[in-house]
Amino acid sequence: MSSEAHVADGSAVHAEHETGENYLNCSHGLRSWLLTLDHKRIAVMYLAGLAGALFLGGIMALVVRLELWTGDGLVLSDDLYNHAFTLHGAIMTFLFIIPGIPAVFGNFALPLMLGAKDVAFPRLNLLSWYLWITGAVFAIVSMVVGAVDTGWTFYTPYSTQTSTQVINMTMGVFILGFSSIFTGLNFVVTIHKLRPAGMTWWRMPLMLWGLYATAIIQVLATPVLGITLLLLVAERALGVGIFDPSLGGDPLLYQHFFWFYSHPAVYIMILPAMGVISELISVHSRKTIFGYHAIALSSVAIAAFSFIVWGHHMFTAMSPMGNMIFSALTFSVSIPSAVKTFNWLATLYRGHIRLNAPMLYALAFIFLFGIGGLTGLFLGALATDIHLHDTYFVVAHFHFVMVGSTLIAFLGALHYWWPKMFGKAYDETLAKIACILVFIGFNVTFLPQFVLGTRGMPRRYHNFLPEFQGLHQASTVGAFILAIGLFLILVYLWKSLVSGKKVTVDNPWGGSSLEWLTTTPPPHYNFVGEPPEHDVYDYHDIRYDAAIDGYVLSKNEGDAAR
Amino acid sequence: MTDNHDHHNELAHVMPVKVLLGVFGALLVLTGATVWVATHDLGRFDLSLALIIATVKAVLVALYFMHLRYDKVFNAIVFVVGILFVILFISLAVMDTGNYQSQLLRNADHVIRYR
Amino acid sequence: MSSAADHHAEVDPAYRLAHHFESPEQQFETGKFGMWAFLVTEILFFSGLFTAYSVYRSNEADLFSYASGYLDTTLGCINTAVLILSSLTMAWAVRCAQLGQQRGLKFCLIVTLLCAGGFMGIKSVEYHHKIHNGLFPNAHFGAHEDPDGVPLHITDESGATVANPAARPAPENLRSFFGIYFCMTGLHGLHVLIGMGVIFWLYLRARRGEFGPKYFGPIDFTALYWHVVDLIWIFLFPLLYLIH
Repeated sequence: MSSEAHVADGSAVHAEHETGENYLNCSHGLRSWLLTLDHKRIAVMYLAGLAGALFLGGIMALVVRLELWTGDGLVLSDDLYNHAFTLHGAIMTFLFIIPGIPAVFGNFALPLMLGAKDVAFPRLNLLSWYLWITGAVFAIVSMVVGAVDTGWTFYTPYSTQTSTQVINMTMGVFILGFSSIFTGLNFVVTIHKLRPAGMTWWRMPLMLWGLYATAIIQVLATPVLGITLLLLVAERALGVGIFDPSLGGDPLLYQHFFWFYSHPAVYIMILPAMGVISELISVHSRKTIFGYHAIALSSVAIAAFSFIVWGHHMFTAMSPMGNMIFSALTFSVSIPSAVKTFNWLATLYRGHIRLNAPMLYALAFIFLFGIGGLTGLFLGALATDIHLHDTYFVVAHFHFVMVGSTLIAFLGALHYWWPKMFGKAYDETLAKIACILVFIGFNVTFLPQFVLGTRGMPRRYHNFLPEFQGLHQASTVGAFILAIGLFLILVYLWKSLVSGKKVTVDNPWGGSSLEWLTTTPPPHYNFVGEPPEHDVYDYHDIRYDAAIDGYVLSKNEGDAAR
Repeated sequence: MTDNHDHHNELAHVMPVKVLLGVFGALLVLTGATVWVATHDLGRFDLSLALIIATVKAVLVALYFMHLRYDKVFNAIVFVVGILFVILFISLAVMDTGNYQSQLLRNADHVIRYR
Repeated sequence: MSSAADHHAEVDPAYRLAHHFESPEQQFETGKFGMWAFLVTEILFFSGLFTAYSVYRSNEADLFSYASGYLDTTLGCINTAVLILSSLTMAWAVRCAQLGQQRGLKFCLIVTLLCAGGFMGIKSVEYHHKIHNGLFPNAHFGAHEDPDGVPLHITDESGATVANPAARPAPENLRSFFGIYFCMTGLHGLHVLIGMGVIFWLYLRARRGEFGPKYFGPIDFTALYWHVVDLIWIFLFPLLYLIH
């Protein structure tokens, strides 16, 4: 990570004032992509990789839901069912949601929003992508040669006993962890050191505050995942007697280790999503964000609180003292989360709301995050959690937060930045239909699971009592509706890339942050000349120009907003 | 190389040789001290004293070898915050595991042993 | 309007200013902060091992005072001194680079490398002893001798293997101690090896005269890493070797 100080990558990109030259076409050939140091190209490569991971994880989800159509199995053996839900969990968590928004939209938008030419360490950034690919290869190899059946948490003592590919999978996750660390490190340093003179902390878009808080967690928490998995590998390969009870180890210690990372990791997943939503809500309400400072600081507060609540994953395992402390601390997280939600709602109030695809996702986010967040209170409360622990209630809760919130925000971000990234428009009608399908599908999948959980359906079982069948079948139907929605998105976005209408305007949505003030798609060095200065969330000088069907910066102070 | 007669650098603080050697000597003395202390049984103060000496050594390394005393304050804050999180991790894990030790069934007959 | 490339044309090439930085100061400060952030990740990487250590030590004090007796305090002490010396030479290397003293820089880097090699050499002697005594926590784990070198098992008149009454019997969880010992020192040793690799690479670059008062970031940042490796050992030494 030393010596960032080399001369820039050699590609000849000096003459970007020339018309039509941008980061996508400034150099050609596979090599120019695989060896690129440009954060925007790395973002596009991440997008391709993550789409593949989402597809794989999604297939596994469908297999799991299909299997649960009947109470005594449909297509899979017991072992294969264990493999399927483990792969679904591990792939979705480590390959998709954790890198998710930071890797794609953070990489693309962070330097642009900041007014920087690149992230602080461009080569480290490329290394992150290669580490992601390597981790993904490990995960896929372990799938092919025998999969893992521990669940994505790799709990000991089972993970030290099972004969499946735990070492392969954990090494993959270990490598993915370093990909995440380096991305986070890059972002923290970039935000601290590469802000141009005019970009003070309190002028940063809230997306950047979200990414900054995320990056802090990535830097502080992910190394602990690394050492945890390394110890697990050592335990399996040698038998070091730290986690394995038959060798004198303490299997519960593993849970402390794992959740010291993995609880903060939940906020690695949600904080960038919250950043995205802050952008979407403000831009598409054509209104200054309400409570800017409160939203910004609540991101940092969530990052800080995330480290003192990990024990709430272990209420049925810990000591009574530990339970009490962690249950009490857990409720602290609800405060900054609620602060954000109320501020988003207040931003909507009397805004000029545009119900286009990105905004529909943002509204869906608020609804689903509300449910996900509020059901978290049931699980944080010690007494109710003892009943709900390891049931479908937990499954539904964390899917509302991870899928209902993070995936929805990912899709919102994808639609929001798509024209800027590729300079192509997508079919707005299809986008709205897909969004509604995703929203309906998601709710039909996971609302019944809350009911299943409260009635006692345990997670990770593929046999269940006949009384649960109706709700399970509803859930499976929902999963397929969700899958159709996601597939539709893939289709029209692909069509947009291949034959979509060209977007030439800089600012199709009327955004106020700097990425909308550069050309579409951005040039290799992000801005022609010095980056512009503009107050974020200040829309009074951003005027719609019907002639170009986009927004322009109006120098005339007298012009009305919108 | 030119213009370095005054032992200054435009980008960062230059550590004088005297300070480097002084810190080195202090570290060696403290290493000797911790070994010497360990030959005496101080009961429960054993660990505390060893940790105090190690911390003093660590602070010396950080302040002088790592230039933290002359560096941006923020870098020091970052480092200290990192250590605080380590302490948080250790203390809560020790608290909880210590609390459930009395409930463990060690070497019970029904514990499955497979190796 | 000046493009990024033009902008850098005015800067002295000796600064090796990368395209996305405004000034050499910004480049240096960015690298330095990046290294500190990376060191935080290193500290937290080791935190898991320190947590495992703390949990086991607080719950099984007898085990730790027994098992620590297996470790050779003299070798540990020598290794501590060697590593502190390497920290000194690395800090001195930074000074040499800052002042443009090319010979001093190369000399300091070589001494650092030699110290690191010496550390690993002594470490491997220690490891060899432990493994020979059956203290490596793998399938063949089982101590042959107690900490004082007395065989734990002897053969009686009938030829059967029995516990040696003269030896201090090993506690139940001996394996956990050596699991922690090998994980901690092994991971630390791995960091020493990685550091040696990087320092060797710096030496090659120093031979080409790449570093000087205007560009010494890599030396400075690697030195920070090296000092953290030293810092961790400063804690490992008393925690593992010096227990009653």
